Amino acid sequence: MNQQGTDRVKRGMAEMQKGGVIMDVVNAEQARIAEAAGATAVMALERVPSDIRKDGGVARMADPRITEEVMKAVSIPVMAKARIGHIVEARVLEAMGVDYIDESEVLTPADEEFHLLKNTYTVPFVCGCRNLGEAARRIGEGASMLRTKGEPGTGNIVEAVRHLRQVNAEVLRVVHMSEDELMTEARNLGASYEFLREVKSLGRLPVVNFAAGGIATPSDAALMMELGADGVFVGSGIFKSDNPEKFARAIVEATTHYQDYKLIAELSKNLGIAMHGIEISTIAAGERMQERGW
Amino acid sequence: MKKIGVLALQGAVREHSRSIEASGAQAVSVKRPADLIGLDALILPGGESTTMRRLIDRYEFMQPLRDFAASGKPMFGTCAGLILLAKEVVGYDEPHLGVMDVKVERNSFGRQIDSFEADLAINGLDAPFNAVFIRAPHIVSAGPSTEILCEHEGKIVMARSGQFLGCSFHPELTDDHRITQYFIDMVAAESMSDTG
Repeated sequence: MNQQGTDRVKRGMAEMQKGGVIMDVVNAEQARIAEAAGATAVMALERVPSDIRKDGGVARMADPRITEEVMKAVSIPVMAKARIGHIVEARVLEAMGVDYIDESEVLTPADEEFHLLKNTYTVPFVCGCRNLGEAARRIGEGASMLRTKGEPGTGNIVEAVRHLRQVNAEVLRVVHMSEDELMTEARNLGASYEFLREVKSLGRLPVVNFAAGGIATPSDAALMMELGADGVFVGSGIFKSDNPEKFARAIVEATTHYQDYKLIAELSKNLGIAMHGIEISTIAAGERMQERGW
Repeated sequence: MKKIGVLALQGAVREHSRSIEASGAQAVSVKRPADLIGLDALILPGGESTTMRRLIDRYEFMQPLRDFAASGKPMFGTCAGLILLAKEVVGYDEPHLGVMDVKVERNSFGRQIDSFEADLAINGLDAPFNAVFIRAPHIVSAGPSTEILCEHEGKIVMARSGQFLGCSFHPELTDDHRITQYFIDMVAAESMSDTG
């Protein structure tokens, strides 16, 4: 008997992405460039985060035509974004056969109170998190993969670094805690007791955790790997740079060989101009995408 | 103790290493051609075959890997790793390493929503093996010297051809180390025949 949509099948798919780079693309041509550069998957969307930020208005699931076009263009997995709590967008993406759904704060939330109950879907989900409590709640709802939220569309790595360090520090704390401290920690983090017991016994998160939100250069990607990310998502960083093909290849190589600094120096030469970045303090608190969801 | 390399360009490297160590051998991460020196065998893990291929080409890894195969040392490919080993890949003019006498087709069980786990009866194993298939390939046809170890839904999903072992699924995603053990036994038998 074949069993589909089990935790093992959904989490296993993310395991196969480890050490890889998942790239945002808005059409078939970009998807082919990403695949040829060595991306392990592409994220199909209508506008990259920096354009969403610039254009304002409501950001929704991409036109299904774009997602279909990307699915036809490449043989690697195709992910797509649904709004937080938008049950129907998620079901539509599942029905279209996308390989992974990102319940994403980059889009305008459809529900400010409830995230999707992701364990009722066959398709696996990835969700953003800033700390272990948020990670625990998303996994509790059925997320099969995590990523840092960072601050999308800024080309500024500082928030992704903050979020990855925070999650990893909290994991370490739990691992070294004595059993009788776990319930109080669960209350403090807003995480379930069972989840913390699992983290303690595994010595790590039970799912893959990628870095996302602000990665703009090969060194940024390598930094996130150095800090313990399982892989990286690059949103605006590639197709908003001067030379997307070169940037894409360089980021893939820097992610694999993240401790080979001479190589990263070579990869970073003559790359052209990276995307123009934004200093986080200049973004009004209400416009920070990482504050979406809880 | 046998030294088993795991090609560590991308994919489920940690899981294979864990399984190798649990089976009483030493696991070595292989990121560069020089890392192949002194290994008794090599595992090519699951991941994305297009990504691994690009990184193999970029670092002039192809010839060292083919030389490793030509030296007669055992190699085991799971999922993407099987695609890298195969002599022929459906829909592609050229194979990757092209060393194992099988023809494979990529993504032949469908997309991620069609991915599944199933209990398989595998030749040489005493009890069923819980196998995880993720956007898995399958072996369309195999050369005469190939031993078919398992079929599922009429498709070949595990086979051995001389020094090469390949499977469509991911034994590394479970805590059942019998398939890794099977490979390590192959490695032990290979070095016995070398010295004998």
